[in-house]
Amino acid sequence: MNNKAAVILVASVVSFTLGLVAATFSDMSEFVPELLRGLLITLQVTAGGAVVAVTAALIAALGKMYGPTPVRWLAMTYIEAFRGTSALVQLFWLFYVLPHFGITLEPMTVGIVALGLNIGAYGAEVVRGAIGSVPKGQWEAGVALNMSRMQLLRDVILPQAFVAMIPPWGNLFIELLKATALVSLITLSDLAFKAQQINQNTLRTVEIFTVVLLAYLAISLVITMGMRALERRAAKGLRRGRVA
Amino acid sequence: MTTVWDWDYAWEVLPILAEAAVITLQVTVIGFALALLLGLVFALGRMMGPKWLRYGVTAVVEFVRSTPLLIQIFFLYYVLPDFGIAMDAMLTGVLALGLHYGAYCAEVYRAGLENVSKGQWEASIALNLTPWTTFKDVILPQAIPPIVPALGNYLVALFKETPLLSAIAVLELMQTAKILGSESFQYTEPITLVGLFFLVFSLISAYLIRRVELRLNRRRGVQRS
Repeated sequence: MNNKAAVILVASVVSFTLGLVAATFSDMSEFVPELLRGLLITLQVTAGGAVVAVTAALIAALGKMYGPTPVRWLAMTYIEAFRGTSALVQLFWLFYVLPHFGITLEPMTVGIVALGLNIGAYGAEVVRGAIGSVPKGQWEAGVALNMSRMQLLRDVILPQAFVAMIPPWGNLFIELLKATALVSLITLSDLAFKAQQINQNTLRTVEIFTVVLLAYLAISLVITMGMRALERRAAKGLRRGRVA
Repeated sequence: MTTVWDWDYAWEVLPILAEAAVITLQVTVIGFALALLLGLVFALGRMMGPKWLRYGVTAVVEFVRSTPLLIQIFFLYYVLPDFGIAMDAMLTGVLALGLHYGAYCAEVYRAGLENVSKGQWEASIALNLTPWTTFKDVILPQAIPPIVPALGNYLVALFKETPLLSAIAVLELMQTAKILGSESFQYTEPITLVGLFFLVFSLISAYLIRRVELRLNRRRGVQRS
């Protein structure tokens, strides 16, 4: 299957580790804990953003597809507004403008919410497409079995749509990871922020940015591999239940 | 800061933001032109180059696609001067955008080129066309039209990422809005206006892309029947 991906993963993790080891034993050792702290923030924002994104996407997609008219309009406005503007503008808007309305959030919360909502708007279309790809006969069979609409969605449609959703969600999670670098611009000290800070102190630009870029590469490869594993498991479950 | 929205201030900053919008659009257009060119070069290198080039280009494309644009911008901004290449911030930004989206466009081109059937190459050999003529006059004209909508989507995506150049102090929309906000302590109006600007442009371009897509589908449908 994905031998190539495994090779790339190993290569990037090895090079990242080598970079860290080299940094540890050179005169830059004092910055390693800093970078790791930054890495932790990046991972936190990515994980938190992913939870927000999946939740928002599910709500928005279901609202747009099956909600009453006002809910549908609300969902469509959310999707278009967040897909139509820049992630950075959204981030700055929550960071600089919301306090003006008396709502002051922690930078961490702003990062997770803004990026989560941004990716969630793209995710809503993914969810919608995946639900649409479930054969119509499944709906009809559910109706014939006298299932309620809610039951049908939850027990029949969504589990099947879930499999089709996994690969595009993998791409979106990588987009999310990449977008987390933006939180460095709202004073959150993630990996990108630390890279800049250390760069200003040491001027060892090439080494620092290379290590940091490799760290992002390694995380995104881990996401890719994880999503592939998830896809294989989900697809297996789907096949088991299928006739013919 | 007693009112929620200050119309006078909004009118005051509008012309300044309009000027900055010109920079944003310039960066978008030049950056995307670069991305189109680099994308084609990457795609060709990956499809037709010798083995070492194929692996090299694949590695570069995957690397660029899976790391954050912001850090790539910083990297170019701080590293290039080390190699004696001093460029102003805007040019660095354009280069970073072009490189990042070039990697994305490469995949689109690849899909387009792979969709042209092999028989077209064979027919061109039979007609004694040189490989270059075949590519330029036979393959490319068939490969490009179907991928125009996908390329258009990346144009919009690139446009929406131009605010990242504010991090290296290019005076595009976001940076201008931030400066205006910090001068007056009124961030609401400039940042909201910038958001609206992006929204309007994205919606217009999404509409245009959809129309181009429909027209292309129609034309191809006619050819087939």
